[in-house]
Amino acid sequence: MAGGGTKRRKRRLQLSKLYTLTCTKACFKPDHSQIGGPGFSRVVYCNEPDSPEIDSMNYCDNYVRTTKYTLATFLPKSLFEQFRRVANFYFLVTGILSFTPLAPYTAASAIAPLLFVIGATMVKEGVEDWRRKKQDIEVNNRKVKVHRGDGNFDSREWKTLSIGDIVKVEKNEFFPADLVLLSSSYEDAICYVETMNLDGETNLKVKQGLEVTSSLRDDNFKGFEAFVKCEDPNANLYSFVGTMELKGAKYPLSPQQLLLRDSKLRNTDFIFGAVIFTGHDTKVIQNSTGPPSKRSMIEKKMDKIIYLMFFMVVTMAFIGSVIFGVTTRDDFKNGVMKRWYLRPDSSSIFFDPKRAPMAAFYHFLTAVMLYSYFIPISLYVSIEIVKVLQSIFINQDIHMYYEEADKPARARTSNLNEELGQVDTILSDKTGTLTCNSMEFIKCSVAGTAYGRGVTEVEMAMGRRKGSFLVFQSNEDDVEYSKEAVAEESTVKGFNFRDERIMNGNWVTETHADVIQKFFRLLAVCHTVIPEVDEDTEKISYEAESPDEAAFVIAARELGFEFFNRTQTTISVRELDLVTGKRIERLYKVLNVLEFNSTRKRMSVIVQDEDGKLLLLCKGADNVMFERLSKNGREFEEETRDHVNEYADAGLRTLILAYRELDENEYKVFNERISEAKSSVSADREALIEEVTEMVEKDFILLGATAVEDKLQNGVPDCIDKLAQAGIKIWVLTGDKMETAINIGFSCSLLRQDMKQIIINLETPEIHLLEKTGEKNAIAKASKENVLSQIINGKSQLKYSELAIGCASVICCRSSPKQKALVTRLVKSGNGKTTLAIGDGANDVGMLQEADIGVGISGVEGMQAVMSSDIAIAQFRYLERLLLVHGHWCYRRISTMICYFFYKNITFGFTLFLYEAYTTFSSTPAYNDWFLSLYNVFFSSLPVIALGVFDQDVSARYCLKFPLLYQEGVQNVLFSWRRILGWMFNGFYSAVIIFFLCKSSLQSQAYNHDGKTLGREVLGGTMYTCIVWVVNLQMALAISYFTLIQHIVIWGSIVVWYFFIAVYGELPPRISTDAYRVFVEALAPSLSYWVITLFVVVSTLMPYFIYSAVQMRFFPMYHGMIQWLRYEGQCNDPEYCDMVRQRSIRPTTVGFTARLEAKKRSVRRSESDS
Amino acid sequence: MSSIAASSTIGGSGSAEPSGVKKTSKRPKYSKFTQQELPACKPILTPRWVILTFLVAGVVFIPLGVICLFASQGVVEIVDRYDTDCVPETSRNNKVAYIQGAGDKICNRTIMVNKTMKHPVYIYYQLENFYQNHRRYVKSRNDAQLRSPREEHDVKTCAPEDNVDGQPIVPCGLVAWSLFNDTYRFSRNNQQLPVNKKGISWKSDKENKFGKNVFPKHFQKGAPIGGGALDPNKSLSEQEDLIVWMRTAALPTFRKLYGKIETDLKSGDTITVLLENNYNTYSFNGEKKLVLSTTSWLGGRNDFLGIAYLTVGSICLFLAVTFAVLYLVKPRQLGDPSYLSWNRSAGGLQ
Repeated sequence: MAGGGTKRRKRRLQLSKLYTLTCTKACFKPDHSQIGGPGFSRVVYCNEPDSPEIDSMNYCDNYVRTTKYTLATFLPKSLFEQFRRVANFYFLVTGILSFTPLAPYTAASAIAPLLFVIGATMVKEGVEDWRRKKQDIEVNNRKVKVHRGDGNFDSREWKTLSIGDIVKVEKNEFFPADLVLLSSSYEDAICYVETMNLDGETNLKVKQGLEVTSSLRDDNFKGFEAFVKCEDPNANLYSFVGTMELKGAKYPLSPQQLLLRDSKLRNTDFIFGAVIFTGHDTKVIQNSTGPPSKRSMIEKKMDKIIYLMFFMVVTMAFIGSVIFGVTTRDDFKNGVMKRWYLRPDSSSIFFDPKRAPMAAFYHFLTAVMLYSYFIPISLYVSIEIVKVLQSIFINQDIHMYYEEADKPARARTSNLNEELGQVDTILSDKTGTLTCNSMEFIKCSVAGTAYGRGVTEVEMAMGRRKGSFLVFQSNEDDVEYSKEAVAEESTVKGFNFRDERIMNGNWVTETHADVIQKFFRLLAVCHTVIPEVDEDTEKISYEAESPDEAAFVIAARELGFEFFNRTQTTISVRELDLVTGKRIERLYKVLNVLEFNSTRKRMSVIVQDEDGKLLLLCKGADNVMFERLSKNGREFEEETRDHVNEYADAGLRTLILAYRELDENEYKVFNERISEAKSSVSADREALIEEVTEMVEKDFILLGATAVEDKLQNGVPDCIDKLAQAGIKIWVLTGDKMETAINIGFSCSLLRQDMKQIIINLETPEIHLLEKTGEKNAIAKASKENVLSQIINGKSQLKYSELAIGCASVICCRSSPKQKALVTRLVKSGNGKTTLAIGDGANDVGMLQEADIGVGISGVEGMQAVMSSDIAIAQFRYLERLLLVHGHWCYRRISTMICYFFYKNITFGFTLFLYEAYTTFSSTPAYNDWFLSLYNVFFSSLPVIALGVFDQDVSARYCLKFPLLYQEGVQNVLFSWRRILGWMFNGFYSAVIIFFLCKSSLQSQAYNHDGKTLGREVLGGTMYTCIVWVVNLQMALAISYFTLIQHIVIWGSIVVWYFFIAVYGELPPRISTDAYRVFVEALAPSLSYWVITLFVVVSTLMPYFIYSAVQMRFFPMYHGMIQWLRYEGQCNDPEYCDMVRQRSIRPTTVGFTARLEAKKRSVRRSESDS
Repeated sequence: MSSIAASSTIGGSGSAEPSGVKKTSKRPKYSKFTQQELPACKPILTPRWVILTFLVAGVVFIPLGVICLFASQGVVEIVDRYDTDCVPETSRNNKVAYIQGAGDKICNRTIMVNKTMKHPVYIYYQLENFYQNHRRYVKSRNDAQLRSPREEHDVKTCAPEDNVDGQPIVPCGLVAWSLFNDTYRFSRNNQQLPVNKKGISWKSDKENKFGKNVFPKHFQKGAPIGGGALDPNKSLSEQEDLIVWMRTAALPTFRKLYGKIETDLKSGDTITVLLENNYNTYSFNGEKKLVLSTTSWLGGRNDFLGIAYLTVGSICLFLAVTFAVLYLVKPRQLGDPSYLSWNRSAGGLQ
């Protein structure tokens, strides 16, 4: 598959011998005795598709379903979901009640909008699920080669796989199911696996098949039969117990033989495996939990508003019922009928004066139904439609499209859009998010001399800081990008080293040429990289377990030590001979590899060079290496330490290189003991090996140190600066060590020299003391996991969070994925504000799911983070646009939309209530049934949807230019209770004005020139017309952004109303009932109808207009101020603009703007001092 | 690291991985629409707009108010409340008994015409405190039955006025049953003034809602008898009193058209009304009024609209001036950050 075009040569290798720590012989462990017992009952017949036992076992197939519904469950399940919403349930109840005589309107008019709304939501659910289904189909129809008997392999879909099949997986393919590794392209059946999708670890893992099966190739599968017994499906990724019976002999199986679905084959051409678990039995799917469903703060608040509305409805209904009950009772007293025309003597229970309390109760139900127009039935569906459309805009934003990776932004869930506008704290992963996860060899220190003139991003940032502010403020972008471009063009990927002193073979003339030689030789030899030679170009590429290893080998190659071949026991390097000055090929015999792991923090190889000398080459972290130096190996220690510190300051990753020579005897002893330890079967095998390696890894002679740059992603400092100006706090959570993290903090302008730093770690456990020093301008660094977990679990949690939240920026180092999630929870619960987590790796999944919004970077580290994120973007810098533009807009749109929704429904619903007061609360609706039910659907819905989708207070350019605008969302000024209640109040008084003006204008006098007086339908029609005008014009007043769409929907809604009433009136009276010809005959020909409409509409809108004019002029909100700026054209005057911006920006503490400000301050201070 | 495993999810985790084959670019297509850059008009409430709006509103409203007021004032309206006066002094303690009792309830009223009334002069009866909009009342009818003789038996919504002795009542229901039945006869100078009772109902009602071949049946046959009776030989579409009555009023105070006088009434004329006071409004303390009114282009007499227009128009003019002064006195300070609430609490935010 990959690289199929070019031929590559690679020797067959038995790399297992190299690995001291990971590859060991399989052995029976106590667990294996449980096979066959409960929980360990699985039986697999490998390569026997026709075996009769297969049918009887009934294991699930390899089809994986991630959809929410199936065809059969869609209807009941989605309906259930719908009616779980309290408002929808309420409408369902009123809908059912409308079939009873209680209903004030016809059942059809009540049910139709509900059906429409539910139907629309279900269609949306269906479409979304269909997308998931398509993804499932894609996954399930991927092809894999399956053994078809006689040694032939056919391509088949994943879903057709069944237990016991033999599959052949090729390089860079995913495993289709959980497999037992039989053999690989390597002689000893090892293979490399990338498990990023499972655990987020980017380094490759080595797996090894059983020795007995390692010789199997395509042809020998004919007649191969094996019988596997193993544990039942479970979710534990790191355990596996089983036995394989092959030709009568039993062999133990361990996790070492298990290849998990969704992990990827790397650095290995192909493997053969037997399918053990399929489909939903696989460990990764057993592990999967549905993503937590997140709801935005606005939506939660909206629920509260709905409850408030319910309360109002109930209150109004109750008041009405009491009055109704009293008047009904009074209608028939002592045999005297009061309102005789109602026949109170012979009445049904609903109006029976003798059973007035009961009648009042039934009336209560009727009234609750009638006032249901208070609750906007279409609110949920409108919001959902709006959010889907908003998501489309996010997906379509060309400014968030990453050209290089061909990745646009993708809003995976649409229900958090507005939450993007309210983010208070960003919790960011470091690697892959702020940094590229591409390592570049940039500097080194050899024999106490520092080499390398490459400029790091950090140094650029430093230079920017030191340089003149004015120059950089205006065009720092250009500087940054141009430098980057230069750097990228000129060099090999992973290599950014420039120093004429040692490049191009010049190093031979340096004073310590021998040390330099050893230094680069060590880089060329001490690794686990596999070279691949392109046969056509003879170019060598490397496949490494981690990017820094590749950087080292590449550096060695570029400097003349070209590692070009690896066999199972040797490494071949082309290098310059110091004596002859020619390039020669050298062969190093690799005797042992002691791999890197996080506790050892070092990696060593033991090699024998051509002279027969035994060398132990080692590279590792400074703290473990310096203490292992021999007395005579510390020649350059001081200088190297200085350099290492300097590099760390510049934000580079450093490693110390050292070596020692071993004498024959020492090696012999070591080799015996390590072999002994390796073959040991006891549980403390690892400890034994550790002990043995500890013995030889000492008395090193120091060579020097390397510095690798962890490159910052494009535009990160810029983006952080903008976000900081917007008042968003940024926390960095990283697994890196403290120094690296601090360095990255400096390079992203999160930290500044003049800030007070508070470092919390094991060395200073008195956190309480720190409370006192917890000043505002401070950095807290919670370092070392145990302190963090103490903080999280312990009593000091509250104080810690108080301290941390008071800090300008917080960096948490050495945090595990779980701790990241816990910190996220801490922040979330600490201040109750919205948190956004951004990360790219599977180790960020916990954090992404815990945070209010999870943003996944769809970068290089696989899709795990993206799959569990709510929104995926390709680069960190797009966060700026995502939050400041889309977040702000969406927040504004949704909050205004919800406020407006309640406004328009109160305006409408309250006129119903007011009319009730004139019908002794008998629940006569003021309007025709269909006017009632279509209000929310036709005459007021489209403008509000257009508002939710298209409205812009200020354009994207100004959103970015004035980041503080974002605080409107963080402070939640647009959806505060004050604003919500303000809009509700607007609704109430609009209703009052409309009703009373209409009622007073349309009294009992003749209504037209013909002397006709009005009936219910005329009052209703006039009032309804006024309401349609008022709510639509109110919309036009409230927004300040009119595209053609706004014009169409706003004026269109009004036109639609006239059209509707005219057409509906022409329908036969059987259908149109009292609206029959009411418009053409009664309303339209009567001048008073038009005069009243004009008057009522203008009068109703007047108070809001006055309020709005005063507010806009004298108390503008921030967006209002920007609108003024734009309107008055002062935005083109940069100085003026800057003045406004500076005046309105609160002093930020983070970001380079703040840094420049601080610099200015200090300059000023020093000036005034002198 | 083991903690993370528990939360890992699946679902085609590798699906978005580049699958070797070069796919078409996912670059979003540029359009003004998708980039939300549509040309837009972005009005804001500038002083000019605010003042202009108020001015226009004022300038339009005040003349309109004057016109409306003139129209309303031009209408001559004579209202005569007779519910109490038409009950003999002796029976005033128990008006309900009087109205429900047998016998002639003729009553003479004299109306002075103070201003010339151009024909047609509309005759209304006005009822107060009568809830024609009560839900029970509004629903107590059957439109199908009114339209077509075939639906005669469809009386399901009409209880208790649905059947009498097992026979369906046409028209059924409380609305028809409570038909207003006071009658007026007018004379001027002992000369009968004819009352035209044709064309007092809406045309659509007459033609489409009340059948030409539907005749009253068993109407007001059962006890108790509510209001007026109908001529069983006249089809419903010709019974305009019923049609008018059955278009239920919106509010508890309402007028309904009784008829038209097709001659001018001169100023100083004395009109004698021979009134048959049959309708019971006494049990619910309802007032009954006889109204003679001309109409203008705006309808009947109601000063409210004109006065309201004038008021709002004046307020608008006043506001226009006020705003103009405000804008002059207190020019806006650009970018004044003190309005921003979060600036005040900035200390706590850092």
